[in-house]
Amino acid sequence: MQALEEIVEDFNALGLKDRLNLLLEFSDALPELPERYASHPDLFERVEECQSPVFLFVEVDQDDIVSLFFTAPAEAPTTRGFASILKSALDGHSVREVLEVDDDFPSKIGLSDAVSPLRMRGMRAMLARIKRQVKEKSH
Amino acid sequence: MPIEIESNAKFAEYADPSTLVSTEWLQNHLGKDGLVVLESDEDVLLYEIGHIPSARKIDWFTELNDAVLRDYLTAEDFSKLLSEKGIKRDDTVVIYGDKSNWWAAYALWVFKLFGHPDVRLLDGGRDAWIAEGRELTREVEAVVPTDYPVVLRDDSKIRAFRDDVLAHIGQAMIDVRSPEEYTGERTHMPAYPDEGALRGGHIPGARSVPWSRAAGENGVFKSRAELEAIYLGEAELKNGEDVIAYCRIGERSSHTWFVLKYLLGFATVRNYDGSWTEWGSLVGVPIVKGAAPGALSER
Repeated sequence: MQALEEIVEDFNALGLKDRLNLLLEFSDALPELPERYASHPDLFERVEECQSPVFLFVEVDQDDIVSLFFTAPAEAPTTRGFASILKSALDGHSVREVLEVDDDFPSKIGLSDAVSPLRMRGMRAMLARIKRQVKEKSH
Repeated sequence: MPIEIESNAKFAEYADPSTLVSTEWLQNHLGKDGLVVLESDEDVLLYEIGHIPSARKIDWFTELNDAVLRDYLTAEDFSKLLSEKGIKRDDTVVIYGDKSNWWAAYALWVFKLFGHPDVRLLDGGRDAWIAEGRELTREVEAVVPTDYPVVLRDDSKIRAFRDDVLAHIGQAMIDVRSPEEYTGERTHMPAYPDEGALRGGHIPGARSVPWSRAAGENGVFKSRAELEAIYLGEAELKNGEDVIAYCRIGERSSHTWFVLKYLLGFATVRNYDGSWTEWGSLVGVPIVKGAAPGALSER
């Protein structure tokens, strides 16, 4: 998947400190929920494995195209950054493409030296939950 | 030159008021020569989204640990780190962070291993500062590097290793993990992923006092009387006892270490940083399951 490979390349082209800055840019760029979901917290699934409260919801349209929605507090920038990376990488791709993403993709963005193992597991858990919802919702 | 110690009614009750400052005090002293403010968070990006003006970041994960060994910095590394951060040996260092100063206390403990003379916690940490509507900035001020001396790390006074703990069984010990970790129901924090220990339970005789009980509203430390009710009352610590505190990797227990040593005045308190990720995987060491502290003979 090209979007995903580009993100991996972008991170790995940088030194450790700039990788964290890039993660911060992703965190800042995580969009607000669209109105149709903002008032429906019941639709969202909590990612229990993450240290900060982060909730996700997956939409699969009639053509099996995936859209992701996340909500996480501003005071949880690392978690927001991970959510934002997954959104940028996976949004607009097909069910098949999303399911083919390497489960270990979070280990490839070069953040394991900067972020604790607990948090890296949190990101893998987000991906696993996305894939499960995608499977459940595909046509 | 060290900056004067804050004097207020709450801190005056504590055994060593020189190790704490309030948000109000910090606000009034920001920018003062000889004061360095450091932020140490569990979330490594929090500093970047806004910090106390003039504060510098210290990263527990990449900066305080050795990259290869499971150990802290060497004397040379610590000297290099503090020089890069523009800290002088006689500076007053105030550390604050997220989650009731959990990681700030950890950083303070490491500073104490190297005997930095004047290091204090901001009571309530990041959350208290924000709750009071005080200013945050994303601006990172340029730092003038210093020449911090190379000082040997002293592991003998405030740090316990596994053999120290084994020899200490039967004396005062505090397990600061969650009740589920203490009983052995689980080996990691509720809602946190498993970080690996092969057995669940606690060290024989250790009393359970989850670390966060020392913090009250806004993350500020509870009053001396409230803390005594918990640690001397419920946990039955006796004044003058040698105490060892532990958790999972030694971070939450540095918070309790701070409380016992500086707020309640126990002379000898050691943090067992190997903690449950070491003890719970060691071959042949005694472990007790369930809610009772237990004793060595019960194994």
